[in-house]
Amino acid sequence: MSARLEDLLRDLAPQVLAVVIRRFGDFSAAEDAVQEALLAAALHWPQDGVPDSPRAWLIQAAVRRMTDQLRSDQARRRREEAAAVREPPATEVTDQDDSLRLLFLCCHPALTAPSAIALTLRAVGGLTTAEIANAFLVPEATMAQRISRAKQRIKASGVPFGMPEPAEWASRLRSVLHVLYLVFNEGYTSSVGQELHRTELSGEAIRLARMVQRVLPADGEVAGLLALMLLTDARRPARTGRGGQLIPLAEQDRALWDQRLIGEGTAVLTRGLAAGVVGEYQVQAMIAALHDEAARVGDTDWPQILALYGLLERMTGNPMVTLNRAIAAAMVNGPAAGLEILEGLDGPLAGHYRLAATRAHLFEMAGDTQAAVTHYRAAAARTTSVPEQQYLTTQAARLQQ
Amino acid sequence: MTKFLLLQTYGGGEGCQVPMTEWAPGDIKAHIDFQHALNAELLSTGELVDAQGLAGPELAKIVTFAGVGAPVVTDGPFLESKEFLAGYRMVDVDSEARAIEIAARASAAPGPDGMPIQQPIEVRQVMGAPATDL
Repeated sequence: MSARLEDLLRDLAPQVLAVVIRRFGDFSAAEDAVQEALLAAALHWPQDGVPDSPRAWLIQAAVRRMTDQLRSDQARRRREEAAAVREPPATEVTDQDDSLRLLFLCCHPALTAPSAIALTLRAVGGLTTAEIANAFLVPEATMAQRISRAKQRIKASGVPFGMPEPAEWASRLRSVLHVLYLVFNEGYTSSVGQELHRTELSGEAIRLARMVQRVLPADGEVAGLLALMLLTDARRPARTGRGGQLIPLAEQDRALWDQRLIGEGTAVLTRGLAAGVVGEYQVQAMIAALHDEAARVGDTDWPQILALYGLLERMTGNPMVTLNRAIAAAMVNGPAAGLEILEGLDGPLAGHYRLAATRAHLFEMAGDTQAAVTHYRAAAARTTSVPEQQYLTTQAARLQQ
Repeated sequence: MTKFLLLQTYGGGEGCQVPMTEWAPGDIKAHIDFQHALNAELLSTGELVDAQGLAGPELAKIVTFAGVGAPVVTDGPFLESKEFLAGYRMVDVDSEARAIEIAARASAAPGPDGMPIQQPIEVRQVMGAPATDL
């Protein structure tokens, strides 16, 4: 299948799925029917040519499949009758609204994060179960089961296929953005051996975030999340060296940063900020933009970054944010200021490798080599990421010399 | 084709009794590059199934449960942490001889000053389906 045909099918998949769900009201069966329609298209279109209206072709194929399924299943006869008499929607529903409805369904808070992620990639992203399993390094049968259980859970919880109530809107959109953020991070913090597959996850998250942004262009946080992804992804080429070793921000070759992504991310962020209310993704994107703007590490606007981390800390209360504020404080006011902030984290982040790693870094800045070595070692022993473990081990070894 | 699990623990080999955090940075890099190159080679020969490192014994838990009441969960660090599994490779190869050959390569990974660390590698065959001609 050509890349163009694959892109076309993946763009159409959520639209077609949404139409079939609206008509039949059964997410799980609709998903199976759409998958079969997509498979049929992938088989026939390369030979017969792409039909004049590919979307209509797919809908027709999926509906036919769905109807066959209903007919063959006596127990479902009543539901078929119910579907037949269901009123068509009064207002014109656009394809883009449908994609958003589908996202709201897949990212429902009733689902655990891994389930929501898997379902979103399959139903909205149009990835195959094998591709998703590959990206998360689990057997295909395991991923198939995870997706199937997620669908059952949605069915059991009786979540309707539609836009959330106004009172629920903000929290439901937050769930959607959180799932996309997790997908992006899964790909961005890729482990070495499987780097290729996992990088695709970041690309997929960006594609879905772009889609949400097209539907909700006035939402500042949607823009903030898309900008954050673009501004972070721009640094990817400089983030790992040959052999996959981790290169920290301060030591990256900034000539490798993708200026096109930085330009786009900054533009998206700026337009989003015009919306007024500032949310946490926007603040994170502003911090990422400040790093991206610095042509040399010495040009970094640390006072501004420190202020933004302070703002983010008040918004989220997240101790990881406090950790980053400590680094910014050290850059502005010296390592002692940063170390003092870290003392407050011994409770909330007890035993976490990032607390030890940050402490090591700040002790090194302060010239206390022995304390730095101790904390780098402690961090290396407790990290769960191979590139990070190698980086921290090397830092301890370097200071030991 | 037969699958073998090649296991390595935290116990250092004869060639190296020094923890990696005390090696020269260049030696650490050479060791890591060696592991990547070996994995890439096994991938290209179609023999690599999986290769993973495990997070340290500091994060390990040991769980026992008698079936009633609450399970007993013991936190690390553990005294005998040298016996803990550090990582594994699973390979799918023609013969046990080939699995041993790969294990030998892994055991001779470079340590301080590029000397082979001689890490013991445990080679365990993965049980499979009965042979078709039974």
